[in-house]
Amino acid sequence: MKFPCKIVGLSLAFLCSSVAVAADKLSVVASFSVLGDITQELGGDKIALTTLVGANQDSHVYKPTPFDVQTLAKADLIVINGLSFEGWITRLEESSGFKGLRVVASKGANVIELHEEEHPGEEHDDKNEHAKHEEHEEHKEGDHQESADHQEHDEHHHGDQDPHAWHSLANIRVYINNISSGLIEADSANKAYYQANKVAYLAKVDALENKLAAKVATVPVAKRQVIISHDAFGYLGRDYSFRFLAPVGLNTQMKPSAADVAQLIRQVKAQNIKALFVENVSDDRLIKQIGRETGAKLGGHLYSDALSAESEPAPSYLKMMEHNIDTLIDELQKTL
Amino acid sequence: MIDLIISPFVEFEFMQRALFGCLLLSINGSLIGVFLLLKRMSLSGDAIAHAILPGAATGYFFAGLNVLAMTVGGLIAGVLVAFLSGITARKTNTNEDSTLASYYLCSLALGVLIISMKGGSVDLLHVLFGSILALDNDTLYLLYFNSALCLLGFCCCYRFLVMDCSDSVFFKGLSRYSGYSHYLFLFLLVFNLVAGFHALGTLMAVGVTVLPAAIAKYWSNRIESMLLIAFVVAVMGALLGLLSSYYYRLPSSSAIVLWLGVFFLLSVLLGSQGGVLRSLKSKAELNEVLS
Repeated sequence: MKFPCKIVGLSLAFLCSSVAVAADKLSVVASFSVLGDITQELGGDKIALTTLVGANQDSHVYKPTPFDVQTLAKADLIVINGLSFEGWITRLEESSGFKGLRVVASKGANVIELHEEEHPGEEHDDKNEHAKHEEHEEHKEGDHQESADHQEHDEHHHGDQDPHAWHSLANIRVYINNISSGLIEADSANKAYYQANKVAYLAKVDALENKLAAKVATVPVAKRQVIISHDAFGYLGRDYSFRFLAPVGLNTQMKPSAADVAQLIRQVKAQNIKALFVENVSDDRLIKQIGRETGAKLGGHLYSDALSAESEPAPSYLKMMEHNIDTLIDELQKTL
Repeated sequence: MIDLIISPFVEFEFMQRALFGCLLLSINGSLIGVFLLLKRMSLSGDAIAHAILPGAATGYFFAGLNVLAMTVGGLIAGVLVAFLSGITARKTNTNEDSTLASYYLCSLALGVLIISMKGGSVDLLHVLFGSILALDNDTLYLLYFNSALCLLGFCCCYRFLVMDCSDSVFFKGLSRYSGYSHYLFLFLLVFNLVAGFHALGTLMAVGVTVLPAAIAKYWSNRIESMLLIAFVVAVMGALLGLLSSYYYRLPSSSAIVLWLGVFFLLSVLLGSQGGVLRSLKSKAELNEVLS
């Protein structure tokens, strides 16, 4: 009789200790590197963060490993982008038995609608809905029920909205608010700490926004035309009046036809576009071919769906935004 | 009409490159394909195309989108699988199809393992699907070299290959070089698939190899004319595929293979050698004579 008791005792002790470790730091999972960076900035040393899709990896084609499932099962909080960006997340959550809190970072962000002409009525509704969300959020931070509602809404609108909303600094404030409220809801003991981090981070965003606006202003709007290997930059385009042309659609998995490539080449020639850019997560052979054919120059790497490794130019969200704008503007200035 | 066919190629360099790449692939594709068909190894081509995966993936991870690294990697993996299965089959007196199936499956699994171990960095599927619309100079040189090598190989060993394909048992008794000609053929097959995979991707490269030969089989039973028909059909398929991709926004490589598929179905129906209509007609004639 003694022996089983020992085992039970030991395993109980073990369980308690693991609970103690978990209680020490909030265990947070972020879906991809950009959210990972923002969450780390906000959570500081009070959270233990795991990022599912790491630096220089493509979220569109991510396949969860058993290790990821295990991490998620033990997590207190998961931060995802939403807007159907992580198509795999619902299944992953279900299969892992995740019971923690889910934060949809883009909730309430000002989202670009695609195919607007197809559902004019729906789009109108949607904007109202978003405005309501934003209002709501300021009064009642991180309402769980609300977040579930919003998720259903997202799934209903599968693929109708451009998910790359983090490329807008205005939206990133919404992301920061959402993630910060999530952290506070999951770990209210450290509320003051999280809020202080949030204020500091928002100040950095403000500083960067001024800097970038000044930089972009050096190139006239009519000259802000570039070609990029997949259109993930709709938001940069909206905020800074860039015109981006791309041979592949929104998803990196689509294959371009000869018609698409031909159309793009005609456009580049007709509008005398001089700058071509490549992303860190896509196949650049096609862009290079277009460069050869039109005489436009290859202008360096932009970062879209993933941050870079530590040694490269975009290891954090703020650096990524700065690097992208710097690269774009430097190249465009050469053609002025 | 002529203008519709020519204008895309005049206006766009990428269309010229795509057509030229397809032309080069058609030369060795039809050669290899016809002999594959004669050796009853059409499906082996598909298996070996899959076996290339771990080599190409390893090359990709070491050197990025480098044509040379991926080619060398793919060649090593493909040759290893093809030769191992050939040697195992001959030494252990089993059928080559079962050994090839076993080795290629292991190789494919290894490829998937390498890819997932390195994390899904750049969409490797993109790389493996090739891009006929973005053939750069390196890839075209590779296709060139491949065609030259293939033609040279067939020029030197045409007789051996024909004998090996038509009656390998007889050839084995006749010459001690019989084994070598088989291995030479396997090497050319692997090289052809690796080169094709840069242009069309692993799956579609097999399409331009096997389909033209299968079509040619319905129109002739002489090797020389089969080779010629296969080549013409492959070029036609490439041209129509590229044009429909240009005018109807279809993905290019699947459009090319689907056109070949259309030709195949037509040949099955109308072919002069064992086509469905022809055999119905001769059956009817036979019945008439008998009654």
